[in-house]
Amino acid sequence: MSKLRRTMLYVPGSKPSMIKDIYIYKPDSIMFDLEDSVSLKEKDSARFLVSEALQNIDYRGIETVVRINGLDTEFGIEDLRMMVKAKPDVIRLPKTETAKDVKEVEEIIENLEKEYGIEVGKTKMMAAIESATGVMNALEIAKSSDRLIGIAIGAEDYVTNIKTKRTPEGTELLFARCQLLNAARSAGIAALDTVYSDVENMEGFRKEVEHIKTLGFDGKSIINPRQIEIVHDVFTPTVEEYEDALQVIAAIKRAEQLGSGVISLNGKMIDKPIVERARRVIELSKIN
Amino acid sequence: MDKYKIDFKDKGKIVRKTKVRKDLEKVIDELEIKDSMTVSFHHHFRNGDLIGSMVMDILDRKNIKNLTIFPSSLSSAHDDFGKYIKSGLIGKICTSGLRGKLGQDISSGLLEEPVVIRSHGGRARAIVQGDEKIDVTFLGAPHCDVQGNANGFEGNSPCGSLGYAKVDAKYADKVVILTDDLTDELAMPYSIPAYDVDFVVEVDSIGIKEKIMSGATRSVTNPKELLIAKKTAQVIEELNIVQDNFSFQTGSGGSSLAVSQFLRESMIKKDVKADFALGGITGHMVNLHEEGLVKKLLDVQSFDLSAVSSLKNNKNHFEIDASFYADISNSGNAVNRLDVVILSALEIDTKFNVNVITGSDGVFRGASGGHSDTAAGSKVCIVVAPLVRGRIATVKEKVLNIVTPGSTIDVLVTDHGVAVNPNRKDIIDKLKESKVKTIDINDLREMAEKITGKPEKINYTNKVVGLIEYRDGTIIDKVYQVK
Repeated sequence: MSKLRRTMLYVPGSKPSMIKDIYIYKPDSIMFDLEDSVSLKEKDSARFLVSEALQNIDYRGIETVVRINGLDTEFGIEDLRMMVKAKPDVIRLPKTETAKDVKEVEEIIENLEKEYGIEVGKTKMMAAIESATGVMNALEIAKSSDRLIGIAIGAEDYVTNIKTKRTPEGTELLFARCQLLNAARSAGIAALDTVYSDVENMEGFRKEVEHIKTLGFDGKSIINPRQIEIVHDVFTPTVEEYEDALQVIAAIKRAEQLGSGVISLNGKMIDKPIVERARRVIELSKIN
Repeated sequence: MDKYKIDFKDKGKIVRKTKVRKDLEKVIDELEIKDSMTVSFHHHFRNGDLIGSMVMDILDRKNIKNLTIFPSSLSSAHDDFGKYIKSGLIGKICTSGLRGKLGQDISSGLLEEPVVIRSHGGRARAIVQGDEKIDVTFLGAPHCDVQGNANGFEGNSPCGSLGYAKVDAKYADKVVILTDDLTDELAMPYSIPAYDVDFVVEVDSIGIKEKIMSGATRSVTNPKELLIAKKTAQVIEELNIVQDNFSFQTGSGGSSLAVSQFLRESMIKKDVKADFALGGITGHMVNLHEEGLVKKLLDVQSFDLSAVSSLKNNKNHFEIDASFYADISNSGNAVNRLDVVILSALEIDTKFNVNVITGSDGVFRGASGGHSDTAAGSKVCIVVAPLVRGRIATVKEKVLNIVTPGSTIDVLVTDHGVAVNPNRKDIIDKLKESKVKTIDINDLREMAEKITGKPEKINYTNKVVGLIEYRDGTIIDKVYQVK
């Protein structure tokens, strides 16, 4: 089964107290941020902090992601130089608009891997799409590099760009979310949803998580450890779903033994996508 | 001669003498306080206390020397008490807590005589059994009538329970109530009965309202505290403690507070009700009580205004004194009925000994409180603490000072794992078959050291600046002067 990415927990790169033991919350991925959550004054120190943390702290096998500053800023290149050397699992690009954006970063990463004697291709990438242009180019972005493990939507910049604001229902994001999701699926990579910034509104948060799960997303970027439990809970199959899935697999096995072609369970035909879904439910249940 | 003698003298109407005085200074003259006496006050006004300084100022002006002061605890309101040590007024201090500037002064050797640190139960025991005799107690009361009936839940600056003051009122030779809400009406129900009171002094203000207690019940949002609370709730769940008529105490620290929220969920799920919640009462416990999940609240100290108003209005919210709460010599004490207590720690060592009185620099910065009392009395005592605070390890090979012996601590819950005292084979066995994974406390210590490194040794002198008295009156540890 592909790696779970239900929760990607942001940690400001400038906060040592959080960086030092963020693994205790057990998110699926930890995302050290060098970009928007770090003030201009702290860009250097944050880079050093994250680099030291990656090389010295045991993150207990949790995927490590670093969000770098864009190459159009004065920090982007230096971020890449230090981060590739510190060997996180993934480098996340902000504000990606075209396949070219990804390829430019990829080229730099490849050169740095060679320079540091790191196996070429080891550093994976993610791209955050945060503008109308990016959304329209989602498919080319998703297919732009073998290093890409996923694409994510950054909603705040995007809604500003399309001249609206976020609502609890998320109608304004529906197109972008679906576009991104389909691009990701077409490229066979993960699709990650945007952050929900009102950490006190757990009810609203749960609704949004349920919504994006229904749309097909793999998970969500989150900004507070308190949000983890809800996401994992929503993405965990219910007992009924698990039992249904077991029945489907049992029916398939029976049919195989009997050599019968068409399989049905409780009057419903079971075909390949249903079996695939059932297998995924069982795998997810085992993990949880 | 007739065995039954008739006496008809002095049968007239009583001449009423008022206990009320306007001038504290004159009361102090009337009391004839002398050098080397013992004077006490309570700490229900926390950082907002004005009584301690008010009394000390007058005694200092009167050139009294070598007093023993015997407050139930000391707070930042008493930061400048070093000046009374320098002037010779204070010769000895017995308290539960010591912190801030005064803590530093004591740790650096300002006071010749060692401070005696007692638990809340230990202090009550020392008074009840006569180890300590209080000559005069000055007790601030938020509401008091002219005869001296006093309570803490009415008035301008309410503090709720007067549980610690009750013992002083009962056992001190002379009892002075200071109030800024004097009433002609009977102040009932009372916390302190008029028959224990000698003087009532009306003062402008007994304390700074905002510092006496927080208005709002503290809600816990810190993810680390919530994580620890959740693990603690899991341990409690697996040990099957939540049953009909169980009892619990949680402290006022974040993790401890949050545990009560998880207990709520568990009680509702299992459809059980707790018999009582004990100790410092918070709005969280009041909510559980008013929801019908906790039948009784036993309140020795109220932590927020919600607790104050509940004490006033809820008939099963009881004010208890420190002896009833935790005194080892009191056969009816409440800690001995506790099923589970959640406690915090500044440090805990691999033998489960806990320090809640000195910081990592060896300086006084905490309070013994009800820690050792509840640990000893409860069936299960759980200490909750982050593995590391800032750059300081909480789990260590040896704590700097022992307040609560490891033999009475059963479980340690940290953000990095749960450790069980090897003494408690029953708990180890139960958790073995559960979802809660446990870890050796030595491994936790190692993990902490990996993060913080080994701290430098503290530079102590040979001078003893503090004696930590266990609840039974024995000395359990000494605190040395820090260079």
